[in-house]
Amino acid sequence: MQGLASIIQTHGRRIVIALPLAWLIVFFMLPLIEVFEVSFTTARRGIPPFAPLWGFGEDGFFTNFNLENYKLLFAYWEDYFWPAGNSLRLAFFSTLICLVFAYPMAWWIARSNPLHRIILLVLVMLPFWTSSLLRIYALIGLLNPNGFINTMLLHLGVIDAPLQMMQTDFSIYMGMVLTYLPLMILPLYAVMVRLDGDLIEAAVDLGASRFAVLRTIILPLTMPGIIAGCLLVFIPAVGEFVIPALLGGPGQAMIGKTVWLEFFRNRDWPVASAVAVVLLALLAVPIIYARYQDGRRSQFEIDQEDAA
Amino acid sequence: MAPFIRIKNVVRRFGDVVAVDNLSLDINKGELFCLLGASGCGKTTLLRMLAGCESVDSGSIEIDGSDMAHVSAADRPVNIMFQNYALFPHMTVANNIAYGLRRAGLPKSEIAERVYELLRLLRLGGMESRKPHQLSGGQRQRVALARSLARRPKLLLLDEPLAALDKKLREDTQFELVDIQERLETTFIVVTHDQEEAMTLASRIGVMDAGKLVQVDAPRILYERPQNQFIADFLGSVTFIDGMVSKVGKGILSIAAAVPITAADTGGFAAGDTVRMAIRPEKILLTRAATGALNEMPVTIEDLAFTGVASNYRVIGPDGLRLKIHQPNQRGAETALEWEEAAFASFDPADVVLLQD
Repeated sequence: MQGLASIIQTHGRRIVIALPLAWLIVFFMLPLIEVFEVSFTTARRGIPPFAPLWGFGEDGFFTNFNLENYKLLFAYWEDYFWPAGNSLRLAFFSTLICLVFAYPMAWWIARSNPLHRIILLVLVMLPFWTSSLLRIYALIGLLNPNGFINTMLLHLGVIDAPLQMMQTDFSIYMGMVLTYLPLMILPLYAVMVRLDGDLIEAAVDLGASRFAVLRTIILPLTMPGIIAGCLLVFIPAVGEFVIPALLGGPGQAMIGKTVWLEFFRNRDWPVASAVAVVLLALLAVPIIYARYQDGRRSQFEIDQEDAA
Repeated sequence: MAPFIRIKNVVRRFGDVVAVDNLSLDINKGELFCLLGASGCGKTTLLRMLAGCESVDSGSIEIDGSDMAHVSAADRPVNIMFQNYALFPHMTVANNIAYGLRRAGLPKSEIAERVYELLRLLRLGGMESRKPHQLSGGQRQRVALARSLARRPKLLLLDEPLAALDKKLREDTQFELVDIQERLETTFIVVTHDQEEAMTLASRIGVMDAGKLVQVDAPRILYERPQNQFIADFLGSVTFIDGMVSKVGKGILSIAAAVPITAADTGGFAAGDTVRMAIRPEKILLTRAATGALNEMPVTIEDLAFTGVASNYRVIGPDGLRLKIHQPNQRGAETALEWEEAAFASFDPADVVLLQD
């Protein structure tokens, strides 16, 4: 036992990091590498339904490396471009709606007294405690032509015929906002609760109108929260498969659905992987670059401070 | 001439707590007035009411002849310098200073001119493109001052302006603050809990306790002639002695206490009155041999602390009377008194403060 204690004593910090790191490598990085590899091989009938990228056969080392899948994406780019564009559009507006709803909500929570804050935050997170699938089915129950909203409106005589809410952009946005709103509220709340109220009072004291306070003080200072929240909503929303599948119409081609079709309908894993890799590159590269620039800027400021 | 600022019967309650209790105060133009009090005495609430950040329950506030009841914080000719400075962290020094001017919609050239002027006045040249987190505490304080002065307010409110600075920097800064105030001739109201800060800065001090002004006077009068025990105790160190007036003479009172005390008569006392006296530690002379002066008593040194420029003694006299004595470390002084040594303490009748309540 003495030995174990001393190991923890000296390597404790490394052990704490090593466990999640190992988990991430095994369950996150390796599958990602696998997807990457598969995107460069050829499809075949069998299990698994793709040729191995490389290996050692009777003739020694062999490889099935080719760029055919990517060439195919380029050749039939319209088949992928439109679903991808549609996904980006829906994800963009979903993010925007989430931001517009979440911003005042987060502000209100952050400015309430500490006791109320906890209750309100729990309420924000409460939907996460139920299955997301369940929530979407509940939404279907609300939005259906013979669902709750239509029945109520018909009963009250507001409308004569049921509104077509399901299988439209509207129903997808409803599903997206329902699912992702907490992910927007939490990072916004985190920056707003740290915002010093004296700054607002100082701005008012210096003659700022309410709008000027928002524009010159609150918005710039909550920008990190806005960026974090938008990324947290936008990235999963682009690849979202369940919501458009359940709430969207057949005309709503989305990239998540396209990948699903390639995988399961066509059983063409290599092409599906290639779509996923391209999508990842299109989303991740600009974001990583932006974070990198951001990091460089703050590093620059720290250097300046040291020099001062 | 009417006073520049007239605070009349102002009351402010928070639930059951009366933060400011029927307070009236006049402040003249160009004055550096200091509101002094312990935390929770209502001084910050009063400051915030002047700025318009806090509403007034009853009473009125007039600035430069106009009633402020229906004037919003943004429209008052008043600016605040916040205790933690509240500099906008995402803006450069120049943009911080220009903030109020931009909100007022001044032309660009004039904004640039005024910002430059303030940078020079506050010795911030070369700092204009720095962000607040790249500045030292003293520089931040000066940026905050520059920003609050930019709109040329008629009245500047300073909330604990020196509290965030270390001791050494504080001493330089307080003189600088007075200097700037005199140069601009703006009326300053400083709120502080630090009596030394109040004494060095202010031309007049108002001491607050429990939402009321206890005494308003020049620093020297407040220190030398406190009206009551609270003020005497609050400002500096003091020894209280209780006694009874035995004889009223020509400008002189004889008082029976632990030792017979002769005090200068400040009026209002008759033989037989009980009286509480206050004596400042530095007014008491401590000698090894008796001098035959008035108000002299034999004492024993109970405790002493050498601080460099001076020594602080605690001595015990007749009838268990304990005195605090502050003895400067003077040139050519006799060897210092040590623990348990017998000595004589004496003080001048004029230095005995007779407290009124």
